[in-house]
Amino acid sequence: MARFVLRRLLWAIPTLLLVTFLVYIAIRIGTNPSEAYQRSNPRANEAKIREYEELNNLTGSYLKGYWGWLTDFVKGLFDGGESWQRSIKGRRPVWPEMKDAMANSLRLGLAASFVGITVGLGLGIFAALRPGSMRDTSVNTGAFIAFSIPPYVSAVLLQLLFAVMWSRWFGHTLLPTSGVYPPGHQGFDLWLMLKHMILPVFVVAIQIIAVYARYMRASLLEVLNSDYMRTARSKGISERRVLMTHAVRNSMIPVVTVAAIDIGGILGGLIITERVFSYPGMGDFFLTAFGNGDFPQLMPFMVVIVTCVIMFNLLADVSYAWLDPRIRLD
Amino acid sequence: MSQHQFVEGTLEYEHTHDGLDDVFAEGLTTDSMSPRQMARRRYFKHKGALISTVLMAIMVLFVLFSPITARYGVNEAIFKAEAGRPNSYLSPRSEAWFGTDDIGRDIYSRMIYGLKVSLIIGIAAALFATIVGVTVGSIAGLRGGRFDDLLMRVTDIFLAFPFLVALLVVRNFLGELDFLTPIVGERTSIRFIILLFVIFGWMGVARLVRGSVLALKEREFVEAARALGASNFRIVFRHLLPNSIGPILVALTNTVVAAIIGEATLSFFGFGPDAGSGDTSLGLLVSAAKGGVTAGFWWMVVFPCTLLCLVALCINFIGDGLRDATDPKLVHGG
Repeated sequence: MARFVLRRLLWAIPTLLLVTFLVYIAIRIGTNPSEAYQRSNPRANEAKIREYEELNNLTGSYLKGYWGWLTDFVKGLFDGGESWQRSIKGRRPVWPEMKDAMANSLRLGLAASFVGITVGLGLGIFAALRPGSMRDTSVNTGAFIAFSIPPYVSAVLLQLLFAVMWSRWFGHTLLPTSGVYPPGHQGFDLWLMLKHMILPVFVVAIQIIAVYARYMRASLLEVLNSDYMRTARSKGISERRVLMTHAVRNSMIPVVTVAAIDIGGILGGLIITERVFSYPGMGDFFLTAFGNGDFPQLMPFMVVIVTCVIMFNLLADVSYAWLDPRIRLD
Repeated sequence: MSQHQFVEGTLEYEHTHDGLDDVFAEGLTTDSMSPRQMARRRYFKHKGALISTVLMAIMVLFVLFSPITARYGVNEAIFKAEAGRPNSYLSPRSEAWFGTDDIGRDIYSRMIYGLKVSLIIGIAAALFATIVGVTVGSIAGLRGGRFDDLLMRVTDIFLAFPFLVALLVVRNFLGELDFLTPIVGERTSIRFIILLFVIFGWMGVARLVRGSVLALKEREFVEAARALGASNFRIVFRHLLPNSIGPILVALTNTVVAAIIGEATLSFFGFGPDAGSGDTSLGLLVSAAKGGVTAGFWWMVVFPCTLLCLVALCINFIGDGLRDATDPKLVHGG
């Protein structure tokens, strides 16, 4: 097991390098550095643009430029982002902003994943225990409908409901619809923060619930129809134990694997939701940086995303092997 | 049920390649029906799929007869709705059933034009993506080896990536390559957006087809075909693909939804087709809804959003019905 994890971890490094190299090329060409710099700094002269390109390793061959960027990036990992280049607009240091954005996103993402996965799995089990019944059909149809509603649509509809309609109908606002704190707020306030998180968490969680309820239902149905369930029942184990230790546990195997691979879906939902609710997380960070063509901000963001994707892929393999003893790794 | 009818069923299978399992699952208990008939019956038994097919048909008719169904032109403003009042942001009324937008255009008519563009994007992207995906997937499944490994690795990473991030990065990358512009068009053109979803859509199809080919290529009927001297090309097109038509169709509908929703996502964040080009799309309408939220112009938000979700839901249901119809092992509630 340890050897397998180690080998996969070692493989992750060349994968990471290759993918970031491709991302470097895509962003270097895609952002069009000189044009982007001029857009953000309208009075920039030729020398300024040259300086920006030199500093960000955006000149010369792609391999050489990538190497220059990589050394700067790795140096920055050890000195708290000091060696990273400053943003294209306003020359702000990148790391402090990205750190805050990551913390905000992590909070939102963890809350939404927790709510989404527990509720989703629960609904999936709930539906699968009575296949074909009314509750099965309603969970299935509900999940289908929720799955077909893009997150920004539900976000905009909720905003309309809570920001405008609610106060029009009832004369007071129930839930805040943007930001982490009300404008002008200073310091830390847990209650206010949670209140601002309710709607974004709801929007992201809906998508997760829809996906996991369906996975869990399908997976549990398959297990319930398998031979070892009949064996377990014939041994005289109580129905409750049959379900809990045999059925649910075994049906979790494919679901866990999917959960780890599905991280891209959750991140994507976060990005969209954050933007609509003006929540200052990674999604907001990315879309602003992307709009500005901000190479110094985009690259660290992409590295975080690529690392997440690769790590969760690894986690999927490991958890799969860990949960299913039939799988041999070496 | 006599042995005779079962044999008939098997013969039927030889002709249509619609799956041996169909015959085993239902051929013994029902009157003799071709697998295709059985699939059709299963499809119409799926209530969601049935309703969705009808709704989709109505929507397509509305789009096809847009000169009759739409009440105003795409960019035509409603003038003189009420004397002395501007015609923008009108709430639903008899002159404009779904209200008007910021510059006084009828939202109902624009939804029909928008649906047309969105459907074109969805269907074109899905068709091309399926062609590419089927080609790559069947080669990978049949040949195996290096090419197969590489394909799986690349699609693994691409599919795990947050869709919007990958989409935007690739969009700007392609848009900046000047030598591609004559082929792919400007990055706000419909052609470019279709191409973008082909690039992202073929991977899901390729994986599905590969899995299907891998499962089928060891089966006896493929061996038999090979023994008769059939070429790889013939085996793929006459034996493997007809037998995996179910998963391919389901993947096709998934790609249609992904492209329609994807276009809406791009538009929503301001990277979609050009709003000033005289055309509109569901995405542009939903994106325009942002301007109506804080002011409380609910009709700008509710109607386009509902239509977008309805289209996505209908096509998803049609896909689900197709899955039930073509794969009897997966019948719901089993």
